[in-house]
Amino acid sequence: MLAFIRRTWLLWPAIGLLLVFFLVPSLDLIQASVMNPDFTLEHFERIADRKVYLAVFWRTLQVSLIVAFLAALVGYPIAYFINLQPRKTQFLLIFLIFIPLWMSVLIRSYAWMIVLGRDGIINTALLGLGLTEEPVRLLFTSGAVYFAMLQILLPVQIVTAYSAMTEIDMDLMRAARVLGARPWQALRRVFIPLSLDGTITGAIIVFMLSMGFFITPALVGGRQDMMLANLIEFQVERLNWSFASALAILLLLGTVLTVIVIRRLGNLITRRIA
Amino acid sequence: MSGAAVSFRGVSKRYGPVDALADFDLEVKPGEFMTFLGPSGSGKTTALNVLAGFTHATAGEVMIDGRSVGGLPPEQRNVGMVFQSYSLFPHMNVFENVAFPLRLRGVAKAEVARRVGESLDMVRLADLGGRMPKELSGGQRQRVAFARAVVFEPPVLLMDEPLGALDLKLRQAMQLEIKRYHAQLGCTIVFVTHDQGEALALSDRIAVMGEGRIAQVDTPDRIYDYPKSRYVAEFIGKTNILTLEPGNAGAVRIVELGCDVPAQGALAEARMISVRPEKIERAAGRREGLIDFTARIDEVLFLGDLVHYSAVLPGGGALLFQEHRGPGATVLARGDTIELGFLLSDALPVSGREAAATAVGA
Ligand SMILES: Nc1ncnc2c1ncn2[C@@H]1O[C@H](COP(=O)(O)OP(=O)(O)O)[C@@H](O)[C@H]1O
Ligand SMILES: [Mg+2]
Repeated sequence: MLAFIRRTWLLWPAIGLLLVFFLVPSLDLIQASVMNPDFTLEHFERIADRKVYLAVFWRTLQVSLIVAFLAALVGYPIAYFINLQPRKTQFLLIFLIFIPLWMSVLIRSYAWMIVLGRDGIINTALLGLGLTEEPVRLLFTSGAVYFAMLQILLPVQIVTAYSAMTEIDMDLMRAARVLGARPWQALRRVFIPLSLDGTITGAIIVFMLSMGFFITPALVGGRQDMMLANLIEFQVERLNWSFASALAILLLLGTVLTVIVIRRLGNLITRRIA
Repeated sequence: MSGAAVSFRGVSKRYGPVDALADFDLEVKPGEFMTFLGPSGSGKTTALNVLAGFTHATAGEVMIDGRSVGGLPPEQRNVGMVFQSYSLFPHMNVFENVAFPLRLRGVAKAEVARRVGESLDMVRLADLGGRMPKELSGGQRQRVAFARAVVFEPPVLLMDEPLGALDLKLRQAMQLEIKRYHAQLGCTIVFVTHDQGEALALSDRIAVMGEGRIAQVDTPDRIYDYPKSRYVAEFIGKTNILTLEPGNAGAVRIVELGCDVPAQGALAEARMISVRPEKIERAAGRREGLIDFTARIDEVLFLGDLVHYSAVLPGGGALLFQEHRGPGATVLARGDTIELGFLLSDALPVSGREAAATAVGA
């Protein structure tokens, strides 16, 4: 017993925090979702009966997957580029990439409204150049949601992929070259397999954050771009705690299951390309 | 497989104000075991990198088998290379690591399996093909790196301090292994080390380097017995550098010993001589032509069969000498005063800076 305490005491504060601030609320959530006021599954039945909830769930999943995929696709080459720079430049670039993370998502979403709106920078430029007669509808579209979410979450992806790349011993690339690999072969057979894991981790974080987004779709998207978190917020405002809890559980399960699938798939791909 | 000739013709490499390599000239014969020996920062790695194609020379030409390779990227030079940190691919198992160069060359599957098997056999790791690099000991990783570097039968093999990360015992065992591989493969080996013992034990010839230049190229025994400069004499083994000045008619004076010797041959022009510690013995007036002097024992390093001494000369200089413990030999103690001597034929004139004892011999 004493040995057990000595081995694990460093973890206790963290475990305590998790218990109080995560496990207890989660159990509360589960309990709230099946009570009205006695045990009932009516909230889940309502989710299953009314098409709109599942439709919003699937769209949330789809938007999050696409944003995560695009973040990986766009973020990977940026991280690669940063990793090729001299040390000092690397620190500077990473610092620059961190700056937007210090601003709240709300402000960054507002900024997109200013950029994309009828009188926004883009429309003003298009009109000024005579490329269009009428302002183009950019704001309150699905495209705006994808764009804004990608821009807001990209730093997370870049930093995660970059830190995975800094772990790679660049002598491995030299070894590959002298053993007969052309530059792209060395990249494909050595660098990419070794950085893929970190990149997938980044995409998973982006995906999880996306699943919970609601300010950005509410501000720059149209009615059709509502996400599950918007519905939860709507129900909470109406004090429908139980139904909000049921939706939250749907969101949680969807997120966890998808993350597991992405991980599995990622491991499979990593092994395949090596 | 047989080795290819390697030539460096006036190769220079500058990094800003630093001459990493300066006017580097060297001809390595086919199948030769050539070692670049020098302290850290003397340009050994730079020379290898220029040869492997990782670095472009500022001036000069590198040739393999008589053809200039300056314009070729590393993958077209067909040289094997073993890195100090082994650089095994961590996401591939041993078999895949060794198969890597063969697969890149489009070798058929069955042939890949056969040749990887042979290579792993040679380094005695035939059973470990399925292991991942992190599951291997340092010595085993070293062998895998070696198998991978030679599996495609490159005519030239480069090794940059390949044993630097191993402990002493393993290093000595691996030195024997490398000798065996070389005999078996017959390829030309360019080997880099800062360890003079390793260089002496392994090489056909040694290029002693200092500040980007070659100080001397020669066989191990000639490098040891006939160093041309004080730098080489002090880097290879230990030695005593004694200063000469004109003495009485027809003689030169050995300053530290305060004695005159006849100015014969090279001694007449030389300003320094090098005398190895093992060439100095207790005089006791036994031998003909012995240059003898008195010294006081200052330090004793007792190694059992061998004893190293540091002695103080009457003029204040220090002198190293060592003795094998022959029959009836006594061990001297600190503070003993003793007659020592050496043969003039064992004193080798060397060139180089006189002042500032830059003793690097370890
Ligand atoms: N990429 C580089 N940039 C700047 N200077 C370098 C670089 N590589 C080597 N040098 C310099 O060149 C000299 C020789 O280095 P190197 O060839 O690595 O020596 P060694 O392998 O003998 O220790 C050193 O002074 C080193 O600082
Ligand atoms: Mg080096």
